[in-house]
Amino acid sequence: MMHSTRTAIARQGRLALRSRRTLSASAVLSDDDHASGGLCFALTDDQKAFQEVARSYARDVIAPAAAELDRTMAFPEEIFAEMWEMGLVNAHIPEAYGGPGLHAVDGCVIQEELAWGCSGVSTAIEANTLAQMPVILAGTEAQKKKYLGRMTEAPLKCAYGVSEAGAGSDVAAIQTKAAKQGDAWVLNGSKMWITNGGVAKTSGEGGWYFVLAVTDADASVGRKMTGFIVDADSPGITVGDKLINMGQRCSDTRPLFFEDVVVPAENVLGQEGAGFKIAMGAFDNTRPPVAAGAVGVARRATDEALAYAKERKTMGKPIAEHQALSFMLADMATGIEAARLLVHKSAAIIDTGASNTMFASMAKVFAAEHCAKVVNDAVQIFGGAGFNTEYPVEKLMRDAKIYQLYEGTSQIQKLIISRHVLGMETLDP
Amino acid sequence: MRKVLVGVKRVVDYAVRVRVSADKSGVELANTKMSMNPFCEIAVEEAIRLKEKGAAEEVVAVSIGPKQAQETLRSALAMGCDRAIHVQTDIRSDQGLNPLAIAQLLEKVVEKESPDLVIVGKQSIDGDHATTAPMLAELLGWSQATFAARLDVAADGASAEVERETDAGTEVVKLPLPAVISADLRLNTPRYPKLPNIMKAKKKPLEALEAADLGVDLAPTLVVTGVAPPPDRAAGVTVESVDDLVDKLKNEAAVI
Repeated sequence: MMHSTRTAIARQGRLALRSRRTLSASAVLSDDDHASGGLCFALTDDQKAFQEVARSYARDVIAPAAAELDRTMAFPEEIFAEMWEMGLVNAHIPEAYGGPGLHAVDGCVIQEELAWGCSGVSTAIEANTLAQMPVILAGTEAQKKKYLGRMTEAPLKCAYGVSEAGAGSDVAAIQTKAAKQGDAWVLNGSKMWITNGGVAKTSGEGGWYFVLAVTDADASVGRKMTGFIVDADSPGITVGDKLINMGQRCSDTRPLFFEDVVVPAENVLGQEGAGFKIAMGAFDNTRPPVAAGAVGVARRATDEALAYAKERKTMGKPIAEHQALSFMLADMATGIEAARLLVHKSAAIIDTGASNTMFASMAKVFAAEHCAKVVNDAVQIFGGAGFNTEYPVEKLMRDAKIYQLYEGTSQIQKLIISRHVLGMETLDP
Repeated sequence: MRKVLVGVKRVVDYAVRVRVSADKSGVELANTKMSMNPFCEIAVEEAIRLKEKGAAEEVVAVSIGPKQAQETLRSALAMGCDRAIHVQTDIRSDQGLNPLAIAQLLEKVVEKESPDLVIVGKQSIDGDHATTAPMLAELLGWSQATFAARLDVAADGASAEVERETDAGTEVVKLPLPAVISADLRLNTPRYPKLPNIMKAKKKPLEALEAADLGVDLAPTLVVTGVAPPPDRAAGVTVESVDDLVDKLKNEAAVI
């Protein structure tokens, strides 16, 4: 097991000057959870414990490693393996297949903490969940046993392969094809921007991809595509070079090339033609935790800006006391609270079994857009130093951008939300 | 060994910048993050490792404090303890409850549980007395090894070897069991509890006792009369020469 740096002396030295007055609900709410009259904003004891573990690990291990991971762009293999040991990876795999079987709210609580440490790291973990979601939702017992079960035996990676160079928001325009050949399917085509695309193949035996391919080009959008589980060691799969991105640089994002890749019939998810629905259905479960990641990044940026603003002096006083900046910090904090509420609500709804699509999109777009504003303001608060790589906020600004893009662009989220809103008579809750 | 008893204490989180309460009677605890004392975490980790090595069959965690101490016990259970005992008292555990009373309460728990080994943290980061372990050992008439940096229990479970931290380095002592050990920083690096174990911790037995029922006089003999923050650090002075420096060190700072 990796030796982590959790010694009391190191912690005291590094953190001695950091004030820890927090906004956490557990510090502010009374013991009587229903004092708020019906709604319960408090986390369960288990969720508080998950939050505590994820927060400690993010603070003690992930955050100190983040700058180096960003600089080298190396996949955080050791950290991934350690978190896998702790059960923080593959958290939504049901207990029947060896997983902890966590719910959406649990996942959001954990993701926010890990993203606070480094969103490149939290994304590498969340990518596993995104790939697994189609299998969890639509897999047969045999598929779940085979492809989810193995994820809890070794720290394997899997990836969600839908996007292509010519088809991101416009999923219906994908060109990767699957042709029936006897008892199997043959895949040809390429995917782009696939998170964990390389490590699913290279880091250990047993990694796999969820791949969406066209199986009936003449059918309607809702029937032309099929979802497949593809073993990463299948002959004919080529992993392209690591894509060098603006941020979340330690996350492994790749093009994938499929040349006559044979996929057995039993690896079809759901049934032929059900691919689009399955691929999109996954998002109702994964958009809330991704949005939670955006909240985590925004929170980290605000923490850093807050600490700096209290120390740095201009015109005879800490810059935090200049109203222009204190108002910025107020706005940053307010938006984080609001974003978290939307994230938790969207996750709580799907945990009850109800549909949460509109709320998941609201949470995603709100959290992503606010995060983009927060990191920009955080750099502003740091002044010239904020632009410099010796200070933590420029990385956060680079990391934040992707939240407005992946897991559905902000524009796609607004499309989804507007469709729901236009279908309503009024907004009566 | 059949059983190891581990004491854990709920204290202000090590990373919190503590503030003095308005009436200067103590540290402000309201709305302050509380966690398991770091040296208690190390004690729990050592006990779990003994069990994993096969040197102990059962690890029992005990904590003395208000009902929130049960959260700390759940953390100990999540790390791998088998059972927990909560000795309930609302007396302030950072200053109202004295080390002697704590040691006497632990003595009662030891009488009840008959462990072969007691491991506690060397000191708590609120009281910083470092006296509970030695007092407990004396009350029990057991051997003790404080500031443990290494613990090896003999295969027959009848003795242990402990490397102790001292001001001059370390010393190695051998002691018969049962004994009281206090854990120092370098004994181990505590594990993060795994998620499945956090969830299982809820189902592990947690027994609650009332401190007032255990026949121990809980009234403090050490009374805190006031708490104040350290004085603000004065600005430094640049000196012109080495002679100047020596003069100041000798006559102003009085350190040479």
